[in-house]
Amino acid sequence: MSLLWIPLLTLAGTLVPLFTASRGRVICTTATIIAPLAALSIVLSHLPTLLSGEVVTQHWNWMPLLGLDLALRLDGLTLLFALLILGIGSQIITYAGYYLASDEKDGRFFSFMMLFMTAMLGIVMADNLLLMWLFWELTSVASFLLIGFWGHLSDARRGARMALTVTGAGGLALLAGILLIGNEVGSFAMSDVLVAGDQLRAAPHYPLIMALVLLGAFTKSAQFPFHFWLPHAMAAPTPVSAYLHSATMVKAGIFLLARLHPALGDTSLWAVSLTLAGLATLVYGAWFALLERDLKGILAFSTVSHLGLIVLLLGLDTPLSIVAALFHILNHALFKATLFMSVGIIDHETGTRDIRRLGGLWSLMPITGTLTLMAGAAMAGFPPFNGFLSKEMLLTKALATELFGGLGSIIPLLVLLGATLSVAYSLRLVHGVFFAKSIDNSPAEQVLHPHDPPKGMYLPGLVLAFLCLLVGLLPMTLAAPLINSASLAVQGVNNPVFTFALWHGLNLPLMMSITAIAGGALLLREHKRLGLLANILPSQNAKVVFEKLITRIVKAALWVTLRLENGSLQRYQALLLLSALAMTALGLSNVSSLTGSAGIQPIDGLVILGAAVMMLGAIGSALAHRWRLVSLLMLSVVGLTVSLTFIRFSAPDLALTQLSVEVASMILMILALFFLPQRPPLWVSSRRIMRDVLLAGSLGLIIASLNYALLTREVASISDFFLAESVPGGGGTNVVNVILVDFRGFDTLGEITVLTLAGLATYKLLNRLRLFKPSGNVEGIRWSRHRYPLILDVVAQIILPIALLVSFYIFLRGHNQPGGGFIAGLITAIALLLQYIARGYEWTSQRLKVSFPFISVLGLAIAVSTGLGSWLFGYPFLTSSFGYFDIPLIGKIELATAMLFDLGVYLAVVGATLMILVNLGSVTTAHRPTLQTTEQSASKEGSK
Amino acid sequence: MELLFSLVTGVLSASGIYLLLRGRTFSIIVGLVLLSYAVNLFLFSTGGLHTHSAAVIGESAIPADPLPQALVLTAIVIGFAMTAFIVILAIRTRAELGNDHVDGKQGEEGDTR
Repeated sequence: MSLLWIPLLTLAGTLVPLFTASRGRVICTTATIIAPLAALSIVLSHLPTLLSGEVVTQHWNWMPLLGLDLALRLDGLTLLFALLILGIGSQIITYAGYYLASDEKDGRFFSFMMLFMTAMLGIVMADNLLLMWLFWELTSVASFLLIGFWGHLSDARRGARMALTVTGAGGLALLAGILLIGNEVGSFAMSDVLVAGDQLRAAPHYPLIMALVLLGAFTKSAQFPFHFWLPHAMAAPTPVSAYLHSATMVKAGIFLLARLHPALGDTSLWAVSLTLAGLATLVYGAWFALLERDLKGILAFSTVSHLGLIVLLLGLDTPLSIVAALFHILNHALFKATLFMSVGIIDHETGTRDIRRLGGLWSLMPITGTLTLMAGAAMAGFPPFNGFLSKEMLLTKALATELFGGLGSIIPLLVLLGATLSVAYSLRLVHGVFFAKSIDNSPAEQVLHPHDPPKGMYLPGLVLAFLCLLVGLLPMTLAAPLINSASLAVQGVNNPVFTFALWHGLNLPLMMSITAIAGGALLLREHKRLGLLANILPSQNAKVVFEKLITRIVKAALWVTLRLENGSLQRYQALLLLSALAMTALGLSNVSSLTGSAGIQPIDGLVILGAAVMMLGAIGSALAHRWRLVSLLMLSVVGLTVSLTFIRFSAPDLALTQLSVEVASMILMILALFFLPQRPPLWVSSRRIMRDVLLAGSLGLIIASLNYALLTREVASISDFFLAESVPGGGGTNVVNVILVDFRGFDTLGEITVLTLAGLATYKLLNRLRLFKPSGNVEGIRWSRHRYPLILDVVAQIILPIALLVSFYIFLRGHNQPGGGFIAGLITAIALLLQYIARGYEWTSQRLKVSFPFISVLGLAIAVSTGLGSWLFGYPFLTSSFGYFDIPLIGKIELATAMLFDLGVYLAVVGATLMILVNLGSVTTAHRPTLQTTEQSASKEGSK
Repeated sequence: MELLFSLVTGVLSASGIYLLLRGRTFSIIVGLVLLSYAVNLFLFSTGGLHTHSAAVIGESAIPADPLPQALVLTAIVIGFAMTAFIVILAIRTRAELGNDHVDGKQGEEGDTR
């Protein structure tokens, strides 16, 4: 069975609860649990292969250029985690079905849980570092949604935000580390990275890589000093805590450490970092767990402590300590999930999680008491439970370590302290809730009458609690094969032979265990004095510190944003241009000589004249910008000279296009002037003008230098292909046109689409426009009474047929001579436009009853269907064909499908241009001031 | 010749950029058009400056590079579409906001209407 099915099943499972939520809780829970169970059975079907140490991988290319592949693997380590994720996951879903109140949005909850499950599976199954990182981030997002599930509580929102910030930041560090690893190894594939350990350890960036990866792992696994988010994540519903903060999410960091151990481990830097972080976390977490009053708080800090323990074991970095770490991952997941679930039950039944208000529940809730007792004993490390086994291994390894040389004895001492505290808080939890008398007995409890919950709620916990016992009793049968294969995946050839056993004889670790138990009991008795001691020690509320830090960052970000983004477009433009200037100047400074090797052509008088006209026009239009009409006229001078430039330098097609576009845009802009203020705006400060002149001038200088450097160099062109293939391949001698309609037809198609869209957009923008209606110019002089001058009218009518004929001619010859659809379309549009100018909108539109949007879209449709037509003959999109036909009387002519395409271009251009201009014109007519409506009707009469 | 040509593109773009930095919509439109002239000339010149050698097979012995020409031709038409769009956008903005300042508010330059 394909490995892909495992995450796909759980991913599909995210949808199941959404659809079944309306059918009631039982059906929803049952339906949700199907996917994890199915995925679990697929994992189990690989069990024999995996236990024998083989690795199953599957691989699909995704983005090979980025090194990102959809690659999945199943090995011993993955197996261990997948069993935890799916096994404990399905238990917790059952539990949650009973835990959630009846009016809660269970569909959403289960959907988030399944999403989280998918993400976790992705992390442990990914055979590609980038893919793993993707899922890593997905767990952060999913856990944010889960922790903040009760979004109406501010604690939940804060906790979720904190968890997301811390783990998200760690995720970014991890990404940086992964990119560095990929850079060093040359691949992101897990199989390549894991065998490149020697190369990575020798790399100059190794300390940086390790620090970044550890940052990611430590934030995720709540290692000191990044542990503070975990206790605040307890604002989540208890099933979430039981799942995320016992078995899965917080173990992701540890998984990462184990997974990358072959690549990054086995150095003293690695060992020392992990040992120190682990030791600090172990003791710190245990101490605060003992002081905590909230049951979930106790469990949260105890989780922090146990995660520290696992990291410490990984840090001791001997084959057997890694085995112990893997074993403790399993053990901790089992007993901690149980404890969270029983705390959820207690909360549910009594309405409180405050240990001071609880007590004496043993007689009322015997089953819950039993499973809490069992799991608590496992957590404290009492025999014969599983926790005892891994704790003994830890003590043995701590005694044997040579890590800090002469100071080495500090490790076993601190571990002993941690173990003692661990016994103390475990005893306190069980004793305080079930046996002790409640310190503060509130009347609410008497009303509630706590009792054991329905079966479905305690069964999952009971199953896991018995697993704790069974693993403790039969470790070699139940756990050893699994741990062995996981260890094989981590350590490879170094994998040790080991035995798990309850009894190792009377040795030092056993003595230490006994000391820890005795010390723990003593600590519990003296708990009140501990509280006094804690009051003396300085303490900082992590939440306050964190919130302060976040507020400060937000303020700083706001400050920067307000500096950069003050709402002034001019400011943004200046900043953008400034950075463009800096970058191009930097690039240009690397060029040794501005003048290239190619020769320089002589200047003639005509060119000088043209250049002078263009430069003067450009400068003039900039200087006269306050007088809009003058500026526009200057601009048109430049535009016309540009088209002359194109003629001079052998580009007749460009000249024709530029000329006709120039006419259309000038009409457009003069029309626009009607709607814009007529008075010139006030002068601005000369400082501002200086700044802008300086900026524009230097950018102009850069552009001129670039252009000069380019012009004086030989440039290799790919155009030889087009020149050679134009006639045999495209059937036309005008290479520019053949490129447009044939070689690069797809570009042209995109372009006329843009043109049509721009036309349609302006159509929409002009819809329901509220206009200013100037009835005269600035001086108060009314507009001319002669709106449609007679001479223009006559000339326009004479020109129309000629212009249409010319455009038809230009269209036809376009394939072989300068011309083509673009130019012909513009000429037609301008000829028609002239009619509108000469006779007004009403007059013309009565006679020209076509819808321009329709023409434009029709052109687009013709172009597209020409392209699609080549599919009918089995050719790729837009393949052109042509042939020569003998037509009687006319003679031999060439017909090409490219011409049909060009017709589409023609129509699109005509439609779009007229759509824009005629619409704008029609707006002026519709909104003429009422004074002139009489004239208007009069002139209409006259024209008839 | 090359120097003169690049001088023209430089002056055209400098004027265009200066206009882009003004505060009124119409100056921006004019600036953009000027800048697009400059960019088109620049792009066109990447094929080299040739005289009497239109890219038509059979007409000229050494045809000029047709590729930049084809690119610039489409650029001119797209430029027209863009100009049309921002012109209409400017009109609409004036109608909606009552002034033609680019930030949609009375800038330090004041407004006449």
